[in-house]
Amino acid sequence: MDVEDVKFARLLVFVNAAVPFALLLWDWRHAELGANPLEFVTHTTGMLALIFLTLSLAVTPLRKAAGQPWLIRLRRMIGLYAFFYAALHLLAYVWFDKTFSLGAIIDDTARRPYITLGMFAFFLLVPLAVTSTNRMVKLLGGARWNRLHRAVYIAAIAGVAHYYLLVKADTRKPVAFAIVIGALLVYRLLNKYFPSRTERRPARAS
Amino acid sequence: MLIKKSDDIPGSEITDEKLYNNRRKFLRGAMLAGSVGATGWLYRTLNRPGDTKPQSAENDPAGEIAAGEIAEGYRTPEGEPANTFEEIANYNNFYEFSTSKQAVAVRAKNFITRPWTVEVSGLVHKPKTFDIDDLLKLAPLEERVYRFRCVEAWSMVIPWMGFPLRALIDAVEPLGEARYVKFITLYDPKRMPNQTTSVLPWPYIEGLRLDEARHPLTLLATGLYGRDLPPQNGAPVRLVAPWKYGFKGVKSIVQIVFVRDKPGTTWADYAPNEYGFYANVNPQVDHPRWSQKRERRIGEWSMRKTLPFNGYADQVASLYSGMDLNRQF
Repeated sequence: MDVEDVKFARLLVFVNAAVPFALLLWDWRHAELGANPLEFVTHTTGMLALIFLTLSLAVTPLRKAAGQPWLIRLRRMIGLYAFFYAALHLLAYVWFDKTFSLGAIIDDTARRPYITLGMFAFFLLVPLAVTSTNRMVKLLGGARWNRLHRAVYIAAIAGVAHYYLLVKADTRKPVAFAIVIGALLVYRLLNKYFPSRTERRPARAS
Repeated sequence: MLIKKSDDIPGSEITDEKLYNNRRKFLRGAMLAGSVGATGWLYRTLNRPGDTKPQSAENDPAGEIAAGEIAEGYRTPEGEPANTFEEIANYNNFYEFSTSKQAVAVRAKNFITRPWTVEVSGLVHKPKTFDIDDLLKLAPLEERVYRFRCVEAWSMVIPWMGFPLRALIDAVEPLGEARYVKFITLYDPKRMPNQTTSVLPWPYIEGLRLDEARHPLTLLATGLYGRDLPPQNGAPVRLVAPWKYGFKGVKSIVQIVFVRDKPGTTWADYAPNEYGFYANVNPQVDHPRWSQKRERRIGEWSMRKTLPFNGYADQVASLYSGMDLNRQF
């Protein structure tokens, strides 16, 4: 993979990750979001946030398993898309469900665990999005930046719990997310406590 | 990158740089377009807002049925227009077909409801198994425009066709000790594909107290908008008790049993802290996980206030006098 190839790979990710958003706008404009379009937008954006969060967590295991170190260069964009869809999801809730009534939002957040968890997950993502630029990485220093960005693990767990708590009976989808995200986190734990030989080199800069 | 020099490729066969770059550009363009197509396809497949061709009144396979008398007392107030047929027929909670409200219409499309029988039994003088077409002749069909409030905090206004359940009750003459009525949905995983999963225990069971069942508002619905019920709305016959949450409205009924004791019902047994036997619409009693104070009327932008007994308090509140509705929700 030369520089040009990586650039192109990023373009691919950028465009494809925007496809659901574009289709959502298109369907909205053509009134093709079903009988309850507001709920459809809320659920779709929430689902997309979780999907991109999961994808961002899959980058490191994938790049190690496949021996493709350049994959790391796609991670920031995937993470930012997760944040983008999460922000749309929050906006949908605040707008469609609560019509921007701050009192009602605070009341809901305090009273309903699934809202509390969703809010918590979103506000954990905010500092990660803010510190995603190269300048911020330099400013914080790699080690500190890495530590901060481990918050994404907690955000992912909170996000899945938020989803699980809201479904009525069919828990298959949230459970599927929990399994995949769980596996990606277990991979990290195993890597930490039982590092493979190739990774036990003294200088572990990445 | 290591580039091997090879002497045996004649200069004439080395691709011209311009051509190479063009090809690369072309390949990348193709990859971009192809991947966008694939992503779009994936999104569309996994996240359907409904059937690609939403079921509308025009392509509804069920024929028109004769509209009966329209009883004025049963209309919802002015300013609350009925939802469209498309909305009512494409947004359904019917777990026997799918847990996705948008997918039910598609998956129920080929559900055959003839022949069909409804067995009425239990504590009655005249138990009888009705052929669906005889059942439909039990009483003149009426149009009743009712509010419909789902426990998930959305609502509609639906012009049902049907007759009061009371007509059936009178026909079978319940015994003195009958106090509850139990309704059972068809169990047939071959025809109701989601019954192969264990999302809920099948068959779906609902129940009413006998006085609720005899209430003039309580309807056995067999149609809507002057047509036979579409399968996704509970064909060929379903229960409608408009002051209760939608899940009380058991669909595709095959059995009605009169019993002495309160029957176990599907959702109340599944999560007793979340769903009660009575399930009367009550803005004062929140679902443990969400508020019931407001509702989204399908087709409207903002939320409406939820009314006690879904707006039918003047007609049904007396059924529950002396009961603590916060505890017996």
